[in-house]
Parts: sequence; C-alpha cells; structure tokens
Amino acid sequence: MLRMRDLFAAVMLFAIYSLVSASLFAVLDAGDVALTEAAVGAGISTILMLVALSLAPRHEDRGRGRNLTALVVVLVTGATLVYATWDLPPFGAAENPIHQHVAPYYLEESYKDIGIPNVVASVLASYRSIDTLGEVYVIFTAGIGVMMLLGATRRRRRQPADEPIEGEETE
Amino acid sequence: MKTNGILRVVTRFLIPLIMLFALYIQFHGEYSPGGGFQAGVIFAAAWILFALVFGLDEALAVVPAGAQKVLASIGVMLYATIGVLGVVLGGQFLEFTPLIPGSPQGAQQAGIVLVELGVGITVAAVVMLIYTLFADRLRVVADLTREEID
Amino acid sequence: MDWLGHFNYWVVIFLMMTGFYAVIARGNMVKIIIGLNIFQTSVFILFISAGKIIGASSPVLEKGVDLYSNPLPHVLILTAIVVGVATTAVGLALAVRVRENYGSIQDDQLTEEEDGEPHT
Repeated sequence: MLRMRDLFAAVMLFAIYSLVSASLFAVLDAGDVALTEAAVGAGISTILMLVALSLAPRHEDRGRGRNLTALVVVLVTGATLVYATWDLPPFGAAENPIHQHVAPYYLEESYKDIGIPNVVASVLASYRSIDTLGEVYVIFTAGIGVMMLLGATRRRRRQPADEPIEGEETE
Repeated sequence: MKTNGILRVVTRFLIPLIMLFALYIQFHGEYSPGGGFQAGVIFAAAWILFALVFGLDEALAVVPAGAQKVLASIGVMLYATIGVLGVVLGGQFLEFTPLIPGSPQGAQQAGIVLVELGVGITVAAVVMLIYTLFADRLRVVADLTREEID
Repeated sequence: MDWLGHFNYWVVIFLMMTGFYAVIARGNMVKIIIGLNIFQTSVFILFISAGKIIGASSPVLEKGVDLYSNPLPHVLILTAIVVGVATTAVGLALAVRVRENYGSIQDDQLTEEEDGEPHT
C-alpha cells in the first residue's frame, strides 16, 4: 500500500483492509463496531477518498525514494512498544483489570436499570450519554469545517471565466 | 455511469433495501447490534449510491443541500434538548428518569430511542453534506476547466 | 501460552508502525491520510482485543449466557470510528484546497515552492 504510486489502487487496498478489520471486530465479539467499521471504513471513507482523488492528482510523483531516517525511527519506536507489552495483561483472560472496573456493573445491572438487552446501546446512550453528545458535536463541527473549506463554490461560479482557479482569494 | 442500464436497475432495486436496513438498525438497535451512528452512515450510503448512479442533481432534488444543513442541526438540537429537558423536569443534565414520572425503565428507553434518533439524523445529514460539498466542488472545477479550454 | 498471550499487541504495534511510517516517510497528502487511518484502526484493534474474553459472547444480554465480553471498549470505539471518518473528511478537504491553491499535494514540491511564485 505504501510503495504504490497509483493512489487509486492504494485507496482500494485501504477499503479491503477496512473490511478485513471489520470482520476481525466481528470475531472479537464486537458486533456494533464491526457494523460501523464495515459501513464507514469500507463505504464512506473510500467514497470520500475517491472523490478527493478526482480533485487531486491520481498518481504520486516520483519524489523521495526510501526514507532511511523514518524507517529507523519507526523500528526503534516499534521495538520500544514491543518491549512494553511484556507488562500488559494477556489476551482474553477474564481476570484482566479492564474487566474488573465498571464493566461488571454494566453487564449485571443495566437490564434492571434500563430494560434493554443490548448493553452497548444502553452504555452509549444512557450511562455515557454526555460522551456521546460530545462525539455528535465533533461530527457536526467536522461538517461545518468541510463546509468552510469547500462550500464557497456558489459565489465563485459567477466570476469571469478567465479567472484562473489557482491563486484566487479564499472566501 | 448514467447510461449503464444494469447499474440503474440494480441500484433502483437496492436503495429501498438499504434504507429499510438503516431503519431496522436505527430502531432495533436496543435489541441487536445497531444504533444511531451505524444507521446514519448506512442511510447516507444509500443516498450517496443514488447520487453516484443518477447524478448529484437528481440526488439533491431528493434531499437539498439546505435540508442537509438543517437536518444536521436538528439532530444535535434534539440530543441537547433531551438533555436540557431532564434539567427542566427536575433532574440532572441528560438524566432520562424525569421524562416519564413513575416509570424509570420506560423513561430510560424513551430517552435512549430519542437520543439515538438525534445521533442518526446528525450523522446521516453530515455525511450527505460532506459528499455534496466534495461532489459540487468537482463539478465546479470541471466547469472552470472547460471554460478555460474554450 | 505465556508469551503467545501478547500477540494481539504485536499485531497492533505492527499496524501502528505501518501507519506511522506512512505518515512520516511519504510526502503525498492522500497517503498521509491513509496512514493516519491505518494508525487509527490499530488503536481500534487494541481496544477491542483488550475487551475480548476467550469463550465469552457478544454483549447482548440473553438467557443462559453468563460470560460477556466487555461492552465499554465497544462503546468508545463505535463513536471513535464515526468521528474518524468526519476528521478524515476535513483532512481530505484541506488536501483539495492545498491542491487548488498551490497545484500539488506533495510535501517536497510544496516546500520547493515556498519561496517562489505560486504554481499556476
């Protein structure tokens, strides 16, 4: 994906990668997350990247080749992180610290409190609803941000045709 | 893509099913995996599929750009209003229990359904809005390039 | 078994470093955004794999099931994915604007042009 000069192929590979990670989430018992990743990563992200590619050059120019400094930085960081994993709890054990804090309360009491079987929905919308409100604000703000960056097209269409597209004033 | 018969027929068949699936995900999200975030994205995906096959103008005739902006605001407003309603009725911010006095479970469920609805509307509208902005930009750039060549 | 219990973290670190390399080594903005998305997915996998219990079932309550995976990471990641696509859209919009105003989305070409006239 990284050595590819054709960005279209890179975006297509990214869509496949998203779909594979969605199935990985499904295997790891996260049905909600798998559904979201399949719809967002393989669907919307890919479409947005393709639309952006049709507005930008499709091929990467032959610039820098191998970047040795970056490779060294990445390898050193990776080795440090692998060293750090020895202190982390093992995968899939029920006695891990993450399963001892609030999760037992959600699993045992949420049906009495709320009465719906999907614990993810009740945590998302009831126990952690302020968090979710913030996330909705972020999405709304992102929509406004894209509108600021790209939304000034209506006014520009009335400009004279000899005006070049590059170097114009930002509305 | 507008002249490809197979694409048009298959899309016409698929879009109602995708929308139905989005509504199922939205309103059945309390009993099976699903909820506002997923439903909004799937609903917007159906609209984007329509826009890709039949053209942006046809799609904007269904959901105009202004309506997308209004809907995005309405979703956030709905969520925040539910939160403030809890305060007005004597609870805390985003506390659902005062919404229906005497039935804490029913109030929680009503609150969750409304909040998920707000999330779904906002996500669907924002994703549609982002696609509209990109596709509109593409069209303007194509127009300008054509004028420059002329 | 003892050392194999950490393989999920190694997968995460491999993906994370792949995304990191794409961000710092490549100059193309679309590739940087793809790299950021790979990085993001690795964090999703970290959270979801931390919430998994071997032998447990999906956190939708059902009669006769005692062991469920942890629902909290699912909630956090669910919202993070949708926020991720919204920020990706902002990044792509920025790349499109940079291309329109400077004629390139390559980092090195933009640096060369910094002192000269804008590309037309």
